[in-house]
Amino acid sequence: MNLTDDPHFDVGAYVLHALPADEEAAFENHLASCIPCRREVERLSKVTVGLGAAETSAPSADLRRRVLDQIATVRQVQSDAFASRRRRRGQRGVKLALAASVAAAVALGGVAWWQSSEAETAREQSAQDRAEYRQLADVLTAPDATISTHELARGGTASVVASRAQGRSAFIGSGLPPLTDDRVYQLWYAESGRYRPAGLLSTAGGREARVLDGPLGGATGVCVTVEPAGGSRQPTTHPLGVISVPA
Amino acid sequence: MDRGTGSQRRGDTQGRRGESADDPELDQLLVHAADGDEEAFAGLYEALVHTVMGLACRVVQDKAQAEEVTQDVMVEVWRTAKQFQPARGAARNWVLTLAHRRAVDRVRSVTAGRARELRAAVREQERSFDTVAEEVEVREEQRVVFRCLTQLARELRLPLVLAYYEGLTYAEVAEALSTPPGTIKSRMRQGLKRLYDCMEAGS
Repeated sequence: MNLTDDPHFDVGAYVLHALPADEEAAFENHLASCIPCRREVERLSKVTVGLGAAETSAPSADLRRRVLDQIATVRQVQSDAFASRRRRRGQRGVKLALAASVAAAVALGGVAWWQSSEAETAREQSAQDRAEYRQLADVLTAPDATISTHELARGGTASVVASRAQGRSAFIGSGLPPLTDDRVYQLWYAESGRYRPAGLLSTAGGREARVLDGPLGGATGVCVTVEPAGGSRQPTTHPLGVISVPA
Repeated sequence: MDRGTGSQRRGDTQGRRGESADDPELDQLLVHAADGDEEAFAGLYEALVHTVMGLACRVVQDKAQAEEVTQDVMVEVWRTAKQFQPARGAARNWVLTLAHRRAVDRVRSVTAGRARELRAAVREQERSFDTVAEEVEVREEQRVVFRCLTQLARELRLPLVLAYYEGLTYAEVAEALSTPPGTIKSRMRQGLKRLYDCMEAGS
């Protein structure tokens, strides 16, 4: 691995918001499994905030009113929807859980892992992780969600739940063979013969569910490849499978 | 562009008793705002809007657009306030990180012909950096940041300033400085680390 391929070198550019979207997504994937990186991001963010607070400027007088008027009509994101479901078990929570379970069950051929594993892990999830779960539920429960399933070349099943209305899609894999430390499953949006990086999966294999990075856009399919740790900018191996996404 | 007057700066520090970015009062306001408390949100707005606007002006270089970014940021703060975790950082940092992200996104969305501006940006940078250094007079913390920035070698300082204040990607910085992209990434990290160490030593 040469110097520039080491994802740790991206940490400065990441904190400065100087990575393009695809590389930023790849780095955030790496960040999810790299505790020292997260610590470094936290430390270096203090520097950028210092740079950011350097100057002040007065907005026009009516901005305050415009903002306050606008927030009166904006619904706040409830990021604790998942974590609180177990203790609340309120109607809304159950409904969401049911909808998500049904979608997952359809995608996976009828399993209850979604509900139980999600409830177990939610306890330890950071807010960011919970936000990811929420995004996942949003896609799985979208009224226009479509589900496509494909057997992968080296074992395992991949399903893609896509919502054209939301412009997002989710990947649900089961029975994925585990990979060694230096390899990783990478997802791609396929559009007009080009591939856009759409995120990495954990190396553990088995079951995986995540929302793909970036917009669905005009993508006609989702590909899975095996890439060097940290992911690649373009596929370097033959896809294990191409899951088509209905138009 | 309005860089802010002394009275605006005082307005920005009102109610914060000159405390640093870890001001727990702001954290509390954001936590209350997350529960739908509009009054708490208004307090947070008052405390941070001049800083957010200052950063937006600096990056997008246009007051009207900066104001749109500021509005956008403030509404987003309200919308996603629940995602703020006091244990993981101060409200001020959270809001400013969001503001920088949005400002940079705004600059990048109008990137047509931007490559031409890159070299001009490099020329401008040294001058505008001096301006910033002069203007910093409010918070001791800021003085420390900029004292550290001036002490940084030019090759480490330029990539930081071009990326952070001009909103360039590392690849654009590399092009502007005729330096390999990998080197720029590495210098960005190294520069931020040096700044961090210098700030720690100076505070």
